[in-house]
Amino acid sequence: MRKNRKRILIGIPLLAAAVFAVSPVLFLLTGTFMGTREIASYIGPVLGDGEGFAVFRLIPLYPTLANVVELLLDSPEFFQMFWNTAKITCGVLAGQLAFGTPAAWGLARYTFPGKKKIYMCYILLMMMPFQVTMLSEYLVLDGMGLLDTLWAIILPGAFSTFPPFIMYRFFCGIPESLIEAARVDGAGEVVIFFKIGIPVGSSGIISAMVLQFLECQSMIEQPSVFLKTKSLWPLALYLPEIGLEEAGFALCASFMALIPAMCVFLCGQEYLEQGIVAAAIRE
Amino acid sequence: MDRQKRRKAVGLCFVLPGFMGVAVFYLIPFLDVFRRSFVTAVGNRFCGFRNYRTVFANAAFRLAAGNTLTFLAVCLPLLLALSLLAALGLSAVADNKRLYAVLKGAYLIPLAVPAASVVLLWKLVFDRHGFLNGVLDAFGIAGKDWMNSGAAFGVLVFSYIWKNMGYVVVLWLAGLASVPETLYEAARVDGAGRWDCFVRITIPLMRPVIFMIVVISLLNSFKVFREAWMVAGSYPEDSIYLLQHIFNNWFRDLSMDRIAAAAVLLCIAVFGPIRLLQRCWEDSR
Repeated sequence: MRKNRKRILIGIPLLAAAVFAVSPVLFLLTGTFMGTREIASYIGPVLGDGEGFAVFRLIPLYPTLANVVELLLDSPEFFQMFWNTAKITCGVLAGQLAFGTPAAWGLARYTFPGKKKIYMCYILLMMMPFQVTMLSEYLVLDGMGLLDTLWAIILPGAFSTFPPFIMYRFFCGIPESLIEAARVDGAGEVVIFFKIGIPVGSSGIISAMVLQFLECQSMIEQPSVFLKTKSLWPLALYLPEIGLEEAGFALCASFMALIPAMCVFLCGQEYLEQGIVAAAIRE
Repeated sequence: MDRQKRRKAVGLCFVLPGFMGVAVFYLIPFLDVFRRSFVTAVGNRFCGFRNYRTVFANAAFRLAAGNTLTFLAVCLPLLLALSLLAALGLSAVADNKRLYAVLKGAYLIPLAVPAASVVLLWKLVFDRHGFLNGVLDAFGIAGKDWMNSGAAFGVLVFSYIWKNMGYVVVLWLAGLASVPETLYEAARVDGAGRWDCFVRITIPLMRPVIFMIVVISLLNSFKVFREAWMVAGSYPEDSIYLLQHIFNNWFRDLSMDRIAAAAVLLCIAVFGPIRLLQRCWEDSR
């Protein structure tokens, strides 16, 4: 009995915090299926008509798919920018897989001159805020003539040092005996990487990809500096441009933009947690 | 001997393609940025520390740097304490696996929500006629124009904590799990209470982990711009004017000399904590 009471005492604030954390997603979900009229009647005060305060309902009074249909069938710019985000994400992840994974493997499993310095560079760059590297990136991209193309976002992202660092942590955890055994059996170094490194370290690779995926979905700093042409913008820059007058449409678009990230989160939560811990704590 | 040499070469071959990209996009141009911080923007003449002096004398830069420091001082302790409380609460209900998983998942969700998706919601909540003032009004408290007054700083802190709490909770949970359960059992046999256990066992054993969490949270909070942008877009209220805003402004004016100097300054400021973190990783190995 006492134990139960204690549990409720702890549980209630925890639950309240959880509801609080999730509420924006619920709000977007509700808003997606609400009619434009209905939303306008709730948020009228914010739009400037009259006194009082905006309100909202948890479940729409008149559920409708009107906004979803308008978004999917009648707004090419949404698709354009959704597509841009997809291209950026795929490009960055592909680059990381092709270049980041071997680099992490090399740093984790081999010794060679200059390794310590390279490792140090990776850690430093991983932690630097964008402001430090912004001008550097700009100068290179300008020199290569890549400004105002999607490559300006993809290439620096593909060589960002955060994902390799996470993979490095996981690769370090593979027992040396496993690799030694493969060597004794006559496996070459490249074969070892593909047959042992990648399968055994796969959870590290997935963790790194999940974190980088989420990062790509909400990139703001880089595209707002390196992309001028509006048709190249990712969704993250486009959404805030939709005014409150089109609140129904905006809510629907915001929700749609959220879906890929949510799917990856729901499927990869375990990896996300592993990645977060691997990047911060060395046990 | 020969095999070892070959192995070294193989290691280098694995690293080089990726590292070359890193060098081309980040390291080499940063040397150029370093050089630019000492020359004039027009004419490319050496001018000593003049750019640095200009940056330091710039009122907007001071405002942004001050805001960033205030933000660190307010937000960091709050974030760490709240997430520690949540982690302790979570580990107290850990025997109910379902509840534990659901709660942890809920705390992590904001991490996966792209900032742009909640811009609209934030507008509706913090508007003068928004949800928050509506709730306050119901309790008879006079609301504020949250976005266009000093209260914007509070909104920024709130947004940052909303977004990043799950992240730190996961770190705390990993730290708490690293303390062996047998120690607690032994202490309980000796008659130690919960609080004794926490102060005498958890905290001392977790000290290196605590240190890592603090430093990593510090470094992460330098990246707070996204939350500010989520709250107020490109032209925010003075109290949440951050370093990225001023970098963007200078970028628009093409004052590359100032950006270069400020980037070098910021790099130096962040360098210390990063080295600290790295040393801590090495010590605990």
